[in-house]
Amino acid sequence: MDSAVDTRTISLTVNGKAYSKAVSVRMTLADFLRHELRLTGTHVGCEHGVCGACTILFDGMSARSCLMLAVQANGHELTTVEGLANGDEMHPLQQALSEHHGLQCGFCTPGMLTTLVELLRDNPSPSADDVRIAISGNLCRCTGYEGIISATLDAAEKMRAGGVK
Amino acid sequence: MIAPVDTRIVGHSVERLEDRALLMGQARFVDDIAFPGMLHIAFVRSPHAHALINSIDKSAALDMPGVHAVLTMDDIAPLLADRLLKVALPSPAYRQELHRPVLADKEVVHVGEAIAAVIAESRYVAEDAAALVFVDFDTLPVANDCRDAMAPDAPRAHHGAPHNIAAEFDMGYGDCVSAFAGAAHVLKETYWQHRGVAQSMECRGVVANLDPMSDVLTLWSSTQTPHAGKRVLCGLLGRDEDKMRVITPDVGGGFGPKLVFYPEEAIVALAAQMLQAPVKWIEDRREHFVATTQERDQYWDMEIAVDAQGKILGLRGLLIHDHGAYTARGVNIAYGSAAAITLPYVVPNYFLDIKLVATNKVSVTPIRGAGQPQAVFVMERLLDRVARELKIDRAEVRRRNLVPGAAMPYKTPLKTRGGMQVVLDSGDYPATQKAALDAAGWEDFKIRQNDARAQGRYIGIGVANYVEGTGRGPFEPVSVRVAENGRIHVASGAAAMGQSTKTMLAQVVAEQLGCDMSNIVVVAGDTGAIELGMGGFNSRQAVMAGSSAHAAALKIRKKILLVASHMLNVGEQALEIEGRVVRLKGGGAQVELAEIAKAVAGLPGYYIPGNVEPGLQATEHVIINDMTYANGTCAVEVEVDVETGLVTVARVVFAHDCGKMLHPKIVEGQIIGGIAHGLGNALFEWMAYDENAQPVSNTLAEYLLITATEMPPPVEFVHLESPSPLNELGIKGVGESGVIPMTAAVASAIEDALAPFNVNITKVPLSPPDIIALIDAATRKGA
Repeated sequence: MDSAVDTRTISLTVNGKAYSKAVSVRMTLADFLRHELRLTGTHVGCEHGVCGACTILFDGMSARSCLMLAVQANGHELTTVEGLANGDEMHPLQQALSEHHGLQCGFCTPGMLTTLVELLRDNPSPSADDVRIAISGNLCRCTGYEGIISATLDAAEKMRAGGVK
Repeated sequence: MIAPVDTRIVGHSVERLEDRALLMGQARFVDDIAFPGMLHIAFVRSPHAHALINSIDKSAALDMPGVHAVLTMDDIAPLLADRLLKVALPSPAYRQELHRPVLADKEVVHVGEAIAAVIAESRYVAEDAAALVFVDFDTLPVANDCRDAMAPDAPRAHHGAPHNIAAEFDMGYGDCVSAFAGAAHVLKETYWQHRGVAQSMECRGVVANLDPMSDVLTLWSSTQTPHAGKRVLCGLLGRDEDKMRVITPDVGGGFGPKLVFYPEEAIVALAAQMLQAPVKWIEDRREHFVATTQERDQYWDMEIAVDAQGKILGLRGLLIHDHGAYTARGVNIAYGSAAAITLPYVVPNYFLDIKLVATNKVSVTPIRGAGQPQAVFVMERLLDRVARELKIDRAEVRRRNLVPGAAMPYKTPLKTRGGMQVVLDSGDYPATQKAALDAAGWEDFKIRQNDARAQGRYIGIGVANYVEGTGRGPFEPVSVRVAENGRIHVASGAAAMGQSTKTMLAQVVAEQLGCDMSNIVVVAGDTGAIELGMGGFNSRQAVMAGSSAHAAALKIRKKILLVASHMLNVGEQALEIEGRVVRLKGGGAQVELAEIAKAVAGLPGYYIPGNVEPGLQATEHVIINDMTYANGTCAVEVEVDVETGLVTVARVVFAHDCGKMLHPKIVEGQIIGGIAHGLGNALFEWMAYDENAQPVSNTLAEYLLITATEMPPPVEFVHLESPSPLNELGIKGVGESGVIPMTAAVASAIEDALAPFNVNITKVPLSPPDIIALIDAATRKGA
């Protein structure tokens, strides 16, 4: 609740599911996803667009949900970390991150995953440097990034072999 | 170097229990907790580093629609047993009491200190209203730099204080005066390692809810020490122990500061009690910069005495430690620094004078490494100086002084903060250094360096040794219980914050009870699940909780086999636990763990099989007072662009010994994370304060954390395993190892790269302008 400001009703699709909801005009997209839709997998780390934990896919493009307002998502299609797996079957990137110990506390992981899903869609055969550059806007304090990079290269190889889109 | 593993789960890099939920977006961090009717807090914080509070006017904030309450000290004092948070560890070294108030009401002593809590229907409204709380301040002069603050006439960090010395003590042994008088060489230098911010990716956060049915006040906090938090809250709020519960949900990184109990935890708990409503406060990143504890500012004026061969004769000096505004933990960091500096080496005479100086900056408590990185930086810098002055290879100087492997266990004359003798329990430090140097190609580096210089490139190699005190005792309890459905429940006071604590405990228990990780459920950090606990800090949980888990699992194992032998009518020796059953070795008759659990739960009027005590539950508190000491050597290769000052870390080689590794991949993960943190401390992380102690690097755009593009190629590891004799599993802690030698190794490498300019590095971090300034200064001096 935010009785101080106006609300607007927005309609959007998140992880393939349609939502229509009244939101305060100043609510961030991150807060909307987390607290209104209860999709708490998207994390908020800095609220100033540097850490990348809140990264989602906005019409397929990675975007910082802490720097957008919920009303800007009206009529758009979003993917969050909850939408990456195929039912119980993890996305190859999720599987690879586990196998390569590419996560510890896991707080940055949702933003890493959405960023890297976009990378592998656009560049199915990235080099280690491509991966480093892709996640250079995502901060991780636990892993030193090493497991994330090797996991991404491994997932890319498996996705190429398996024809996963 | 590594003994073959004869275990099936322990020692193997099994899948982590934590991963799936985290990867699927199904984990539950504190900000993921929601209750109907939940209220939200925003804090009014001091904009001044030092000021007196004349008055607080909250009327405009209270008039705002959606605001439920605005709390100041006047409102909460009648409900608190104490206005101050008295959490300082005991020490005779204190020279004044500097406890934090729950809310500041007369004086503020650092930017960010909490003055009032605004409670509203949403965080948005709470922040609007917080901006309307008017606080009338009279600003005061500040104690900014801890060295200046020692002067008798320096402005006081706390109004009316007799001086700024928070604590002082000395440490040492032998006879430095004689050692220095007779030494062939005495070298003198001042070193500085700058403070930093922990920057867990999840900031702090607290949710509290008072259950009207049970009258239990539950607090969910992103903390490393739930049991300590519960103890403080029971005392402050006057609640009975069974009416207060503290739970750590999933925690998005700790790195030290989350071990401290904070005013915000008290306020959120109190607000839930006062308003009879669930209440949430989530720290934002800007608050993390000014309200979460920091560490590392230390200035060391040091002298080292060596003989003609570079053997250390004595070490002495003065350590000035920035204590920050309050005592939020104790003298432990400075103590840890002073006790760490000599550890890898034979130092026959040692004396350090230690001053902890109060300043108007955020309070200082441990961050990953806790005083040890500073000490290693100083010792390793001094040894590089010795090598340079005596024209001996840097590694050779170290080799001549390292504690020899044959000397283990090596009784140092030092004592821990609890008065226990520091005994280096195991390890072979010269062998560790050799392993690192061999892997790094130390001997041949000179050739590569000369080739590079011929092309106008400046590359350098550095080395640093560390010994880390791990496994702080005396205990961490673990209970193991086999439920009547056969599931194995493990509970511990150990707190998980990303270091794979649940996996670690499950591994140790699974090894004894069927080797099925998927049959184990772990609760780490819930005061409702286990009575006692200390939590996560000091690289202690695998050592302490791991040992208790092992003991509890063995106890249950014995009981399971005894009961099963009665149920199956065979000898215990013929049985094994496999998966969720006990069976004859090699197959045949079997009984499920579930059936055994049911059998020992008892039936009215019937014998319990084997006449054992009822139930399949054991709680163990294995007591280990002595710390176990891990060690390692890090070699770093850098390239320095002498035009721009840019330092590129080309290579990191890490040889280390943390005893038996429970999970090699997790060990490596912990170390790499520490290395990344240490590289940040060496090259990037700068917590800037202006001359008024006003913090001026308050975003992650200004305070630089290392990103993927600055990380070196994959770390090259050499694992050595000398089992610790102090615990059954032979393990030593590793959570902080990576960070400890990094600033020292990087400085050594940069100095080596810039050897043609003859620079002398005495501080970290080193930004590109710092590097250019070093080159310029050395060039001017040389010209």
